Amino acid sequence: MKPISPSSEAELADLVASTSEPLRVMGGGTRPIGRLVNAQPLTMQQISGIELYEPGALTLVAKTGTPVAEIEKTLAEENQRLAFEPMDHRGLLSTTGEPTIGGVFAANVSGPRRIQCGAARDFLLGVRFVDGQGQITRNGGRVMKNVTGYDLVKLMAGSYGTLGVLTEVALKVLPRSHVTGTLKIAGLTDVQAISALSAALGSPYEVTGAAHLPKGKDSTPQTFIRIEGFENSVKYRSVELFKMLGHLGEVKFELDQQANATLWQNIRDVGTFHDREGDVWRLSVKPSDAPGLVARIAPEDTVYDWGGGLVWLLMPQETGADTIRAAISETGGHATLIRGNRTAGVFQPLAAPVAALQDGLRARFDPKGILNPGLMGRAA
Amino acid sequence: MEMPSPDPKVLSRKADLIDKLEQVLPKDAVIHDPSETRAYECDGLTAYKCPPLAVVLPSSTEEVSATLRICHDMNVPVVPRGSGTSLAGGALPTEDSVILGVAKLNDVLETDYDNRFIRVQTGRTNLSVTGAVEEDGFFYAPDPSSQLACAIAGNIAMNSGGAHCLKYGVTTNNLMGVRMVTMDGTIMDIGGAHLDAEGYDLLGLICGSEGQLGVVTEATLRILHKPEGARPVLMGFDSAEVAGQCVSDIIKAGVLPVAIEYMDRPCIRATEDFAGAGYPDCEALLIVEVEGSDAEIDEQLETIMKIARSHKPVELRESSSPEESAKIWLGRKSAFGAMGKINDYMCLDGTIPISQLPYVLKRIGEMSKEFGLDVANVFHAGDGNMHPLILFDANKPGDLETCEELGAEILKLCVEVDGCLTGEHGVGIEKRDLMLHQYDPADLEIQMAVKDVFDPKWLLNPAKVFPLASSDTRRIAAE
Repeated sequence: MKPISPSSEAELADLVASTSEPLRVMGGGTRPIGRLVNAQPLTMQQISGIELYEPGALTLVAKTGTPVAEIEKTLAEENQRLAFEPMDHRGLLSTTGEPTIGGVFAANVSGPRRIQCGAARDFLLGVRFVDGQGQITRNGGRVMKNVTGYDLVKLMAGSYGTLGVLTEVALKVLPRSHVTGTLKIAGLTDVQAISALSAALGSPYEVTGAAHLPKGKDSTPQTFIRIEGFENSVKYRSVELFKMLGHLGEVKFELDQQANATLWQNIRDVGTFHDREGDVWRLSVKPSDAPGLVARIAPEDTVYDWGGGLVWLLMPQETGADTIRAAISETGGHATLIRGNRTAGVFQPLAAPVAALQDGLRARFDPKGILNPGLMGRAA
Repeated sequence: MEMPSPDPKVLSRKADLIDKLEQVLPKDAVIHDPSETRAYECDGLTAYKCPPLAVVLPSSTEEVSATLRICHDMNVPVVPRGSGTSLAGGALPTEDSVILGVAKLNDVLETDYDNRFIRVQTGRTNLSVTGAVEEDGFFYAPDPSSQLACAIAGNIAMNSGGAHCLKYGVTTNNLMGVRMVTMDGTIMDIGGAHLDAEGYDLLGLICGSEGQLGVVTEATLRILHKPEGARPVLMGFDSAEVAGQCVSDIIKAGVLPVAIEYMDRPCIRATEDFAGAGYPDCEALLIVEVEGSDAEIDEQLETIMKIARSHKPVELRESSSPEESAKIWLGRKSAFGAMGKINDYMCLDGTIPISQLPYVLKRIGEMSKEFGLDVANVFHAGDGNMHPLILFDANKPGDLETCEELGAEILKLCVEVDGCLTGEHGVGIEKRDLMLHQYDPADLEIQMAVKDVFDPKWLLNPAKVFPLASSDTRRIAAE
C-alpha cells in the first residue's frame, strides 16, 4: 500500500479524526520493531524541520519527521549532541531510509551512554501528538524542570505510536566531550567482565560506556570502558581505572578519536551481528544476572552493553523464545525480539494488573483502535 | 481555596469505616479522634487546613492494600501522605477523607553496589537513603532542600528535584522501579533492578502524578558513587542580563557544572543580614559548583573563571578550602531561613527558558512595585527553575490575598515566556486553578483520562492538580 504522508499536524489530525481504518505510523521506517501491522502506512517524513535551537539553554525543538542526521549535524556545529546516543537500527534490521527523531522517541532508543546519562525518555522535555481521535495534545514544554500536571511525555516515549502520533518533540541536548578514551581488557570470562564493568561503573570516574564482547577481535573476549571529558581528566581517570582493573588481564588504552568513534558505534549498533543469520533478542536485566542468563540460553553470540544491563543475543532462527522467556521470568527484567518471526509476540508479556492499566490507557488514547493496532498490545 | 463539599454519606458512616479499618490494621495504626487527626490538617502549605476524617498509618504494603480496598468499597476519598512537606498543598485533606501516611514504612530492603541500586520503603526520608549508603561512598542524587524531612513517597509523587539536578536529573531520572497499590487495593510491581521497564513507561507516568494514580510503597532507586570532590566559585554581576549571559556561556563552553545557583540583590541583602556570608552587594550573584579530582576541578574552574572575567564581574571568588566552600554556600543555603526571619513569604516555583531570565526578572521587579510587595529571587539558574519569594505580612488583613494574586501573575508570566507553572514543587491545590493558563482543555482532558484508568472512582488525592470545574463532572459521576 502506498503510504500517506500528511504535510502538517493539522492535516494529520483531520486524517486520523475522519478514518476508522487502521494506520501503521512510521518515521523513516528504519526500525520495524513490534508485531507487523496490516494497515495503511502513514509516514511522518513531511512533518519535518528544527523549530528552535538554543545552545545556551541546551534545548532543541523539532518536528518529528526531522532526520536524526539533520539534528546531529546542527548540534555538532555548536559542539553539542544527543547525549543518549540513539542506536541506528539499519545495519541490524537491513532497513534503508532515514531515521527520524520521532522514531527515536517513539521507540525510546538509546545507546551505550544510557548507563551514565539516561535514556532517550530522560531527554524528552515536551511533546505534541495527535491521539487516536484526531485530537491535538500538548504535554510538558521546553524547560528542563517541569512537574506541571501528569508526565505524558514519558508515557509517549517508547509507546511505539500506539497512544498517539508524535508531531513535535522538545529535547534536552548536552555538550560534546572534548576527548574520548577507552580502556580495553582482553581475555575476560563473561562473569569477570561484568564484575569489572560493575566496579568501573561504581567508581567516581563517570564511566560513559561499559561493554563486553565475548567473541571480540580474533574470537578473543574484549571488554571496553569509556571515559569522556577534558583531555587531562580522561587520562587521569584511565590511570585510576587501570589501577583498579589492571590485575585482571592485558589492558590497552585507546585515545585515538576516530578509533573510539568506530568502536562505540559498533557497540551501539550491535555491529557484530550485522550480516549474520539468526534471530536477535534484546534483554534488559540486572547486570549481575546477565552472565548466568546467557550461559543458560546459550546463544550463538552475545553483546553486553550498559555494564551487562543490556544484552543482545544472536539465536538460531525461531529457537529462542521459550528458553529466553523462561529464563528471564526467573531473574526479572524483560526480553524483546528485535529481529525474527514476530507472530508469536515481540515484547515481554506483562503481569495482569500492569497489562490491564496498559490496555486501559490504550482504550482511552485510541478508542477506535486504529494506531498501530496489535503492535504493542497484549502478547498474542 | 475552594474544596469539594464533603460527601454526607461518608461522614455519616465514619464509625462503620473505623470499625472496618481496625479489623485489618493494628489499633494504634488507625487515628480518628479529632484531637489527634488535627496533626494532619495541613502540609508545608500552612495557609490551608482541614482535619481529615481519619488517619491510617500502615506498616506493610498489604496493610496499604487492605486500607485502600475498604475505602474504595465505601467510596471514601484517600489522601496519601509522605512526610507532609509539600509546599503546594499536595497532602491537604478533605473533611471526608482518610489520610494514608507511609511514615512507618521506612526500611531499607536491599542495597546492591554491584548493580548500583537501593530498594527502600517509601516512608524513608530522602537524606536517610543517602545515609544508608554513604559510608560505602555512594549517594542518592536528587536533593530537594527539604531532604532532611521529606519522604521518598512524596519525592516520587511530586517528581522532586534539587540543587544538583542540572547534572544528575530529578526523581524520575533516578527511579528504576516501584511497588504500587492502586485505589482498588491491587498490588503491582513496575520496573525493578533493570533499566527501562517493560511495556509503556508507567514508571514515568506515576512519577509526578501527585499521589493520584496509586500509593507507592517501595521504590528501587539508582545510587551513584560520590565524586572525588566538589568546589564552588562565586561571582557577582551588576546586571541580571550579564549574569544570565554568563550562565549561558558556561553551558555552551562544554563544562557541565553540578549546580548553578542565582540570587538577586534583595535576596543577597537579606541573607547577608542573617548569615553574614560576605557576599558582594550586587545585582546578581552566581554560585557555580563543579566536581571531580582536584586537578579536574582546577581545569573546569579555569574555563569558568575565564568566561566570568569576560563578563566583567564585580566579584569573582574561587574557593581554595572546604571552609571557603562552606562560606560560599552559606548564604544560599540560609536564604529561605533568612527570609522567614524578616517576613512571612510565599515561595514560587516556575521554570523559564534561560534566555528569558533578564526579561522575567525585570517584569517581576515591575509587578512587585505594582502590588506593593517585595520579591526576592533565588533559584537554580542552570535549568531555569525560579523560586521568587514574595514577602508579606500574614497578620495584615488582605496581604495574603495580594500575595497570592501577585504569585499567580508571576506564574502566568513564566508560562507566557514558554516556561511552566511548577518546576519541582508540584501543582497540588496551590496552582490547580492556573492549569488552564498552561494547558488547553483538551490537554487536561487526556491527563484526566489517565486518572480514569488508574482510579475510575476519582477517590485518590481529591481536588488536586486539575481545576475543580474541569474535574467536577468526573467526581460527581463517580459518586
